[in-house]
Amino acid sequence: MTINQISVFLENKPGTLSGLTETLAENNINMRAMSLADTSDFGIARIIADNADETAALLRKNEYVVKVTPVLALEIPDEAGSLNRILKLLGTKGCNVEYMYGFTGRKTNSAYMIMRATNVSEAEKMLENSGIHLVGTIELEKV
Amino acid sequence: MCEHYYQKDAETMPEDQLKELQGKRLAGQFKWAYENVEFYRKRCREAGVEPADIHGLQDLDKLPFMCKDDLRATYPYGLFAVPLKDVVRLHASSGTTGKQIVVGYTKEDLDIWDDVVARQLVATGASSEDIIHVAYGYGLFTGGFGIHGGATKLGCTVVPVSAGNTQRQITILKDFKCSILACTPSYAAYLGETLHDMGMTPDDLYLKSGIFGAEPWTEAMRREIEKSLGLKAYDIYGLTEIMGPGVAYECKEQHGMHVNEDHFIVETIDPQTHKRVPDGQKGEIVFSCLTRKAFPLLRFRTKDIGILDRTPCACGRTFVRMSKPMGRTDDMLIIRGVNVFPSQIEEVLLSKGYPPVYQIIVGREDNNDTFEVQVEMTEDNFSDVVGDIRRKENNLSAALQTILQIKAKVSLVAPKTIERSNGKAKRVIDTRKLHD
Repeated sequence: MTINQISVFLENKPGTLSGLTETLAENNINMRAMSLADTSDFGIARIIADNADETAALLRKNEYVVKVTPVLALEIPDEAGSLNRILKLLGTKGCNVEYMYGFTGRKTNSAYMIMRATNVSEAEKMLENSGIHLVGTIELEKV
Repeated sequence: MCEHYYQKDAETMPEDQLKELQGKRLAGQFKWAYENVEFYRKRCREAGVEPADIHGLQDLDKLPFMCKDDLRATYPYGLFAVPLKDVVRLHASSGTTGKQIVVGYTKEDLDIWDDVVARQLVATGASSEDIIHVAYGYGLFTGGFGIHGGATKLGCTVVPVSAGNTQRQITILKDFKCSILACTPSYAAYLGETLHDMGMTPDDLYLKSGIFGAEPWTEAMRREIEKSLGLKAYDIYGLTEIMGPGVAYECKEQHGMHVNEDHFIVETIDPQTHKRVPDGQKGEIVFSCLTRKAFPLLRFRTKDIGILDRTPCACGRTFVRMSKPMGRTDDMLIIRGVNVFPSQIEEVLLSKGYPPVYQIIVGREDNNDTFEVQVEMTEDNFSDVVGDIRRKENNLSAALQTILQIKAKVSLVAPKTIERSNGKAKRVIDTRKLHD
């Protein structure tokens, strides 16, 4: 079970990030989570929004270079040690994590980690077999 | 002022005598080239001209032009007028913009080369007392061997360092007490910086003058080099096709470069009409070799634009002076001494799956040319992982380096940010102000 994350190419210039958030705001799109990967020349904004396809189409219409990537949304208890347990597990099974970022639920006491694994299906299987709850798109809208 | 000349009779020849000599040599050289170079003979037949038609300078216009594409088409030996066994030296261009240009020299041709370079050295005050540090590259490039030959003929103490290993070069300049430096202006600037970085000043060296050429350089660069190395910087002009260094040279007056007119005829032409333009007006520089036997190139269009000045020079030399090249008739750039055509960059982009929407930005920082290629990001080339994009950028940069022989910084920019226009897009932004 994966969810769709939107990645947007941004030049590392003043105003590009606010340009993006302006476009989203004007179209009433709410971001659940955002992570910004940066280099000296450019950045990649990774966004979890409620309707990924619509958001992607909107951004493309506004001349943004966009990619929709399947990522894993893990629900973990919002307490010390819970993330550590999961990462140790992934580590022992040789699963590589490209990046990760998190947010907490509005309506639940859980934390959610958005994770991009090099091998999505392998990671998915591994986590599910270990009893970790992967959240899907519909459920994410409710938490 | 006590003026020294290397070959006084030639360098101070009265104008009418010089013109007569040129005319005689031109007729002889034309016959030589016509009879011994098949490609040229064909070209002349098409133009309807043969040796019987050429008696002197007044017939110069009858000669057809030659250009770099002709040299590429006859690679490697198609324009040689002597059998290879009489060719004792080959030199070539780097071949980054197409097939290499290959030129040959007989023993006598090399003597002429030595002489024309020696003239430059003496014109800047050099003598056999000087120790000359030659940091032009030694190899197929004409720079190293060209200066080497002339300096040896003059009787200087020649230090054939070639290029590279800059700190060691500073040590040599100091320990060997070199009095003349010969290298490209960019390298001279770099030596100046390295000297400073090593905690030394020009007073630690013994340099009195420098002979710099092989790439365009401005008056600002000249002053910078003179300050950082404590020497007087002189310009020297040449090109592989015509001889190498020694085609034209600055004297102590430094008001343009004297062309060795007993060996080379220089013209400036309108690149569209091909008619000669008057002295003082900008035109494309065209050279004819009057004395080389192995490679008798006549009316070679250089695509460099310049101005000729025939007013008397205070040094006493009667040779015409040419300005520094002021531009090109094509869109070629010279970056870090290497010829670059925007079309080459376009080819690499297309081969790597990028659309040909790019901008080349050339600048100058710390006495070095900076070279950036901005390319628009596309969805196909976008990846969610920074490492992938970096890999693609490096991949593109490596591909460019293979084709261009120099490193470009590749910057991916947002789509639709590079200006598009119908017809000639402004693909190149050159902030170097090379032509004052």
